[in-house]
Formats: sequence, C-alpha cells, structure tokens
Amino acid sequence: MNDVRLIPLAALQHYAFCPRQCALIHNEQVWADNFLTAQGHLLHERVDSGEPETRKGIRIERGVQVAAPNIGITGKLDLVEKDLSTGELFPVEYKRGKPKVSDWDEIQLCAQAVCLEEMTRKTVAEGALWYNQTRHRQAVIFTPELRQRTLQVIADVATMLESGITPKAVYDKHCHACSLFDLCNPKLLQKDNSLQYVNRLFSTEDFDEETTE
Amino acid sequence: MKRLQNSLYINTQGAYLHKERETLVIDINKEKAAQLPIHGIGAIFCFGNVMVSPQVMGFCGENSVNLAFFTEYGRFLARVQGKQTGNVLLRRAQYRKADEDPVSVARNIVAAKIQMQKQVLQRHQRNHGNSVEFSQQITAINHVLDTLKHCADLDKIRGYEGEAASRYFSVFNMLLTNKDLGFEFSGRVRRPPTDPVNCLLSFMYSVLGNDISAALQGVGLDPQVGFLHQERPGRDSLALDLLEEFRAFIADRLVLTLLNRQQLKPSDFITETGGAVKLKDDARKLVLKEYQSRKQQKIRHQFLDEDVEIGLLPHVQALLLARHIRGDLQQYPPFISK
Repeated sequence: MNDVRLIPLAALQHYAFCPRQCALIHNEQVWADNFLTAQGHLLHERVDSGEPETRKGIRIERGVQVAAPNIGITGKLDLVEKDLSTGELFPVEYKRGKPKVSDWDEIQLCAQAVCLEEMTRKTVAEGALWYNQTRHRQAVIFTPELRQRTLQVIADVATMLESGITPKAVYDKHCHACSLFDLCNPKLLQKDNSLQYVNRLFSTEDFDEETTE
Repeated sequence: MKRLQNSLYINTQGAYLHKERETLVIDINKEKAAQLPIHGIGAIFCFGNVMVSPQVMGFCGENSVNLAFFTEYGRFLARVQGKQTGNVLLRRAQYRKADEDPVSVARNIVAAKIQMQKQVLQRHQRNHGNSVEFSQQITAINHVLDTLKHCADLDKIRGYEGEAASRYFSVFNMLLTNKDLGFEFSGRVRRPPTDPVNCLLSFMYSVLGNDISAALQGVGLDPQVGFLHQERPGRDSLALDLLEEFRAFIADRLVLTLLNRQQLKPSDFITETGGAVKLKDDARKLVLKEYQSRKQQKIRHQFLDEDVEIGLLPHVQALLLARHIRGDLQQYPPFISK
C-alpha cells in the first residue's frame, strides 16, 4: 500500500510562525497549550459546532474534513459554503487575531481550496478569511500566483518533516507568544555552551555552595 | 519553566482512591478523607495496601498524572501509563546513541555524580572543620575525576564511578554527626538493606528513581534504554543513569539531615527475621513529607542559568538529554549544584 504521510493543514500555519515549532509539534509530538492556543480552541469549538444550515440558497457546513493525497495534505475546514444553484464551494477560515502583513493566512486558505478541488474535482475560485479581532470577512481570490506559492510552501514543509531534522531555534520576539517556549528553550540554544559546561564537570577545584539549610 | 505540581503520597493502609467528576476522592475506612482536583497533581504514589479504581487509572493516564505503586516498604511495583505518546524519532535517536556513542553521556553523568559526592564531603568539612580522612578521600576523588576526563571506555568509566563511590561511602559514617541515637553506617548494603541508614538510602533512591522515570517518559524518552547502565529486562536503565546526578545532592543529603536532626529514631525501623530493615509507616510518612518540602525549594540551575524547583530537576534534565540526543546540544549537561 502506498502510505504517504499527509501534512495537516495546521502545520502550514505552524511552519509560517516558526519552522522549528512546526517540527517540534508534528515530528517530535511536543505540545503545550497557552492562553493564545486555548483562545483559538474556544473559537474553533464555537465555529465547528453547529449543524449544517441553508440560508438564501447557500448551504453552510462547519468542521469539514478533507484529505488530498495528491498534494499530500489533510485537515479540517472551519466552514464551507456551497451555492446550491451553481454548486460552487467557498471556504471560510476563522482567525483569532487580525489580518497579517504576510500572506500566510491566504496560503492556508488556498491550501484548503486545493484540497476541496481534489476531493470534489470542481474549481474553487474564491474564499474568505474572517478575523475575530476586526470581526471582518476578507475575500481571497485563488490566483495562479497564490496557488503556485501555496504548492511550494506545502513542498517545503513536506521536505522538512520528511527529513526528521528539527531546525535550530532562532530566538526572536515572537518566541514569547509561543506555547512551546519552555520545551523549545530558544534562548538557551542560541549559543551552545554545553562543551564549556562539561569541562567544569571534571574540575578538581572546590565549588562553593549557594544553598543554605 | 513548567509548573511544579504536587505529588500525592498515599501511605494509609486500606485507603481507597476513586474519581468523582474532575476530582480524586480518598476514602479511609469508608469515609471521605480528602477530595482534590486532578489539576495541580503531577503524581500519585501508593504504598502498600492502597486501592485505586480503574476510573482513576484512566483519569491519570488522560491527564498525564504519574500513578505508581510501591510495596509498603517502598519497593517499586508498577506504574500506570496512558496511551503511548511522544516522539518516535527521539526514541530511535536514543537507541542509536545508546548503541553507537554512549560514552560522553555516561562520562558526563559520572563526573556530575562524583562532583556532587565530593560536595557533600566538602560541605561537611566546612561545617565541622578539616579532618585527615576527608581530605584524603577528596584528594583521591579529585584524582578519579582527572583520570575520568580522558576515559573513553565504558567499563573503565563504570570502574571510576565505583572507586569514587567506595571512597565516598568509606567516610559516610562520619557524616552522621549525631551519634546519640546510635545510627551506624558501615558500607552500602542493598537488596535488602540490613541497617536503618541503608534502608533510608534505598528508599529515597527508589522514590527519586521513579520521579525520574516519569520525567523521562514525559519528554518522550524510553526510561529503559540507558547509556551508563547496561540494559536488563525490567530495569529502567536510563532512569538509573539520571539518578546518579541526584543521589548525593537530593537523597543522601536528605537522609543525613533526617538522621542528624534526630527526626528519626531507631524505633522507627523494623528488623525482620532475615535481617532486612524496613521503615515503619509513620516514619515513611515523615521521610516523604520532608522530601516533598525539599522539592519545593528553588536552586539555581547552572546550565539554564535559571532558578528551578528541586522537584522539577528530573524533568529539566530529561529535557536537556532529549535536546542533546536530537542534536541541539553538543554535550549532555548533567546537573551539578554550584
């Protein structure tokens, strides 16, 4: 059997935030919740629950499971709208924050569209991002450029995960928003002092103690 | 750093632990003695005839609470483990390293162990003045450290470890400063211990070792595959490796404190017909209470350069070992206190 490893859609987001975080979560199976992730879970719990409904000729489905073996990706879509007259599909992704400077949210949405296309063999031309902080829906058109970039990113993530190598930490401001901070130890790993430290282990000089009882 | 959670030691014979919604309930003589939320509990250790409902076992598995069973006398029996989690890449790398390149980890751990033993002796000298015996042993231990530094042979490393240990234990009796109660130590005796001092040491090593096994599993390492200790079915070799760093600093010092402060008396121990010495219930309770409060104390971690609760040290070291195995750190930095 051809047993390809499908990349979860969420991995794209993790990779965008930090490639090491992506490798820690998806290869090393390290996970810790913090305030931000918990808030995200809550938001998604709200979005994912709720029965399918039809409004003005549009059927709305939540928590839609997709898998696209050809592009090697799998995941769950927050919301898919189906126009009952044309059959057109329209994915909507819910985001906790506000629109980002870079195009990562667009790429994630585009990956979802590509999954839908592989599942249904229908073209998905457009979707939207909904931001909790601005409470605003932002339309995204899946242009050839965006599609190209999306496939490239998926390939990059696949290569990294396939290699089994966890990239070294790059300590930055955004590390403090990361729920894996303590497990990743980015500050500590910027400079590897382990060799100097180990030399001290063999020192025959006297140590002075700091704890007192 | 991760939050240090409480360990629950259930020592009362006949106690029954069951689950009520998100809480644990402890019944003693069919009456509710305590009710605790599972959040905030990191481990539950049951000694002797303690019953635990299957629901609690599952509950512990789901919440990553380490649930372990010991005999009344502190010998480890079993541990309940939830779904196998963790990183298969890490475990594989651990096996490869254990097969192909165990020397540096083993050597570093032995060096740290020896440093911490030396520190116990030096501490005694500072408090009680120099003595010839101590100085001699410290000089000899320094010599062992020097030779160890360039040793690349695992068997020899184990030999140096043994040599340092025998020098350390040769003066251990002199560390018992309060002779009024008549506790004597004339060498390490295990399986079973035949005197109170050895009994306490064995008990502490067993409890501490179990904390370490749990910490190793918590970061996804296999506690059975070690570097210094040879694999033997049923033995947590890697936990024993890491235990070496903590024996003197945590266990030995706690035992010495308990005895020197006369918190334990000879009547706290039972000698069986075969000569094995065991701790009585109340004494065991006292030892665990003291251990638990020691775990809450903070110490500066020399490698992390951070203050860490002593109870979190096994977790920290397990994490550092995992990062070394995965290639983030060139060397494994074992724990030494300053």
